[in-house]
Amino acid sequence: MTEREVKKAGVRELSPIDVYMLLPKTNCKECGEENCMAFATKVVNREVVVMQCPPLLKKEYEKNYKQLSEMLKPAIREITIGTGDGTVTIGGKLVMYRHEFTYFNPTAIAIAVTDEMPDEELLGRVKKTQEFKYDYIGATLKLNMIAIRSTSNDPEKFKSTVKKVAENTNLPLVLCSFNPTVLESGLMAIPKRRPLIYAATKDNWKDMAELALMYDCPLAIFAPNDLTLLRSLVKTLTEYGAEDLVLDPGTFPSEGLADTINNFTMIRRAGCNKGDELLGYPLIGTPIVAWAESAGAPEVSAWKEAYVASMLINRYADILIMHSTDGWVLLPTTILRQNIYTDPRKPVAVDPGIRIFGKPNENSPVMMTTNFALTFFTVASDIESAGIDSYLLVVDSGGIAVDSAVAGRKLTAETVAEAIKGSKIEEKVKHRKLIIPGKAARLRGEIEELSGWEVLVGPGDSSGIPKFLQEQWK
Amino acid sequence: MGEGKEKKSGIKFDPDLLDILANFEEVELQDVEIELGDLELSFQPGAVAAAPRVLAPPKVKPTTILEAPFTPPIDTYPGQIAEVKLGATKGEGGTRGKSIIIGGEKSPAFYTFENPTPHPPVISLDVFDSKVPLAKAVKMHVKDVVEDPAAWAKLSVDKFGADMITLHLVSIDPLNPKPSTPREAAKTVENVLQAVDVPFIIGGCGDPKKDLEVFEKVTEVAEGERLLISTVTLDMDIERTTKVIKEHGHVALAFTPMDLNQARQLNRRLFEFLPKEQIVMDTTTAALGYGLDYAFTNMERARLAGLMGDPELQQPMSSGTTNAWAAREAWQEMDPKWGPRELRGPIWETVTALTLLSAGVDVFMMMHPAAVKTLKDVIKELTGKRGRGEPGKIANWITTKI
Repeated sequence: MTEREVKKAGVRELSPIDVYMLLPKTNCKECGEENCMAFATKVVNREVVVMQCPPLLKKEYEKNYKQLSEMLKPAIREITIGTGDGTVTIGGKLVMYRHEFTYFNPTAIAIAVTDEMPDEELLGRVKKTQEFKYDYIGATLKLNMIAIRSTSNDPEKFKSTVKKVAENTNLPLVLCSFNPTVLESGLMAIPKRRPLIYAATKDNWKDMAELALMYDCPLAIFAPNDLTLLRSLVKTLTEYGAEDLVLDPGTFPSEGLADTINNFTMIRRAGCNKGDELLGYPLIGTPIVAWAESAGAPEVSAWKEAYVASMLINRYADILIMHSTDGWVLLPTTILRQNIYTDPRKPVAVDPGIRIFGKPNENSPVMMTTNFALTFFTVASDIESAGIDSYLLVVDSGGIAVDSAVAGRKLTAETVAEAIKGSKIEEKVKHRKLIIPGKAARLRGEIEELSGWEVLVGPGDSSGIPKFLQEQWK
Repeated sequence: MGEGKEKKSGIKFDPDLLDILANFEEVELQDVEIELGDLELSFQPGAVAAAPRVLAPPKVKPTTILEAPFTPPIDTYPGQIAEVKLGATKGEGGTRGKSIIIGGEKSPAFYTFENPTPHPPVISLDVFDSKVPLAKAVKMHVKDVVEDPAAWAKLSVDKFGADMITLHLVSIDPLNPKPSTPREAAKTVENVLQAVDVPFIIGGCGDPKKDLEVFEKVTEVAEGERLLISTVTLDMDIERTTKVIKEHGHVALAFTPMDLNQARQLNRRLFEFLPKEQIVMDTTTAALGYGLDYAFTNMERARLAGLMGDPELQQPMSSGTTNAWAAREAWQEMDPKWGPRELRGPIWETVTALTLLSAGVDVFMMMHPAAVKTLKDVIKELTGKRGRGEPGKIANWITTKI
């Protein structure tokens, strides 16, 4: 198979024309775009959805709308859990590998509680989940759901716990019990919240399907390490009328990890690249199992949970149920998720402007870099770890790295000169000396001409900054 | 300490990892008292299904499970990753206890439903020939040996289970006040090679001229050892570098800065002088949170392209996973809610490594013993036999008391 064939099987190779042909073609601008062709281009790039075309929703275009929806349908079904303000959308994947397009709907992370936890612990965990946040490259990283496990297997206990949790948070919920009576009792406490029901098995599927239909809830299927059973249950449940399914082939954190990784991979390939509709559903992983099998010190279980979570984020999980609320577990997990779900089609950029390191004074060095996030953070980290009091002028290069930006004329003497002016750095330092990256060396003369500043060509790699300053900054 | 606790509570867990994790100050494991009662799993009897109160509107619904067999979605690939041997035994012209083969993949990483992993990825531990700043969480494990690279290498092999050693010759850097000479560097290499008999990676300082001078000397004194020479870059004199690598029987580590076109270009250059069996490539590792997405996608793309038949991307891959420690979340003190850096650091390295493991990396250059141990455990599981996931073992995870 050639790379192109794989790609073709993965993303339907849509051209804007395919979409345009089915639009009203009136250029009415109601969608906010200049014309229908511009709208079609954005649809193909998944920047807007066809529903944003108001005329298309009229009766006369019903057929076109249906055809477009079918054409644009993701390989992996998109499912929304929760209602109103408290929803999370999972799945909706178009491709298996992120470089083929981009991944949509980041893995939702659910923190687990039980119906036997004392109130303080229960509500403490809910609060902690809700309040978790970490600011990272302009985004706020958060947790997404609460999973309530019935460890008591007692319908009344489960019901009151579900009620208590629901009263204290808007976060979407996962109700976990293999006992339909217990599960229904939980659903009765929150008939309108549309939680994810976890889970239908080979023994209880019929009752769980009834509950999913009755309460209009998405339903998870648990078939540990048995993909024929999993696929059979999908077929059975869809025939039964359940549409929003989530697949759990089982998470084995130690012995059986190879099965877990293979199963997640095979399911996603079948769904994305082989057109297997029965496996075209979101996947759920349960790193929490690490706690069940290792009864040692909590750090050891949390450690295993953290790394299994990371492996499952890389291998296609759409939801994860976790136990640990430790910062050192959740920080790498949420940052990895953010990394994997960034759009590889768009460069990641930081805000241009002046950054201050340490306590610079009017004689401190002024260095320059681009606003490509990776470049910026590398440079910033090198300056920081060397403890250099200085200013860093971050120039807008459209989020492109120095060498490519210079070659592609995204970083020019003009943009640098403007950035110097705009930053008002001239009010902060007495000198007029700018250190530019070694890879931008050829802009030197022109920058000097346009800005009136003296330009020093710095090292080709920012790790050389400390040495460079030691020798050149007098 | 791990073993003591194990006896006390009568539970089996991994004492090595616990020791490693327990070896820091902030978390007081002494306070963890495990009551046996807390550990019993409560098993619920087979769920007794009560009829739901209201039935959904009648429709022809299945009454039994409808069979839908699963067939593994197997692909075949026109390309294969080259096999590269690192280290050489006496019989092979060197003095190593054993040599290691990497690469040879016929499928993406750990798609063992398709093809077994031909050679498990290996871990090479970092040793420096002179003092470098180390994160606190790393330093505490090696503080007694940081001034003795031979002892450091020995500790890494004997205690931390290193498959290989990366000896970084940072002392040769011309920017040092008194950079060591190629002859001095070669002497260090000889010494450390004598201390342990695993295969070696020899790292330069990143200065293309000085590195070449040093490599010329090192490849000569370590004749036939099949060292992995780290790194060969586009701005070096490729002809001279490859000449000594070939002449003295070593392997080139081709490094490019996160750009697959450059990776192709460098491999093309190297193919003029070296056979495929003597080239490993490194397309740059960025830390979790600091560009890991680029590193991951580049490696995944490179591997898939190689399997799809691109002859310029069919070399085994190496990762400078130690770069994970560049992330400030790995080494800095942060608000206590983010936990001690003694845990944050090694989990950072672990997550960075596991992410690249799934992209197809064959050699990991690493630092923290807990990260190394975890990676080794995971590799063992992933390359081991399939079908060991016993459904019964996780069937009742919902009701597990934690």
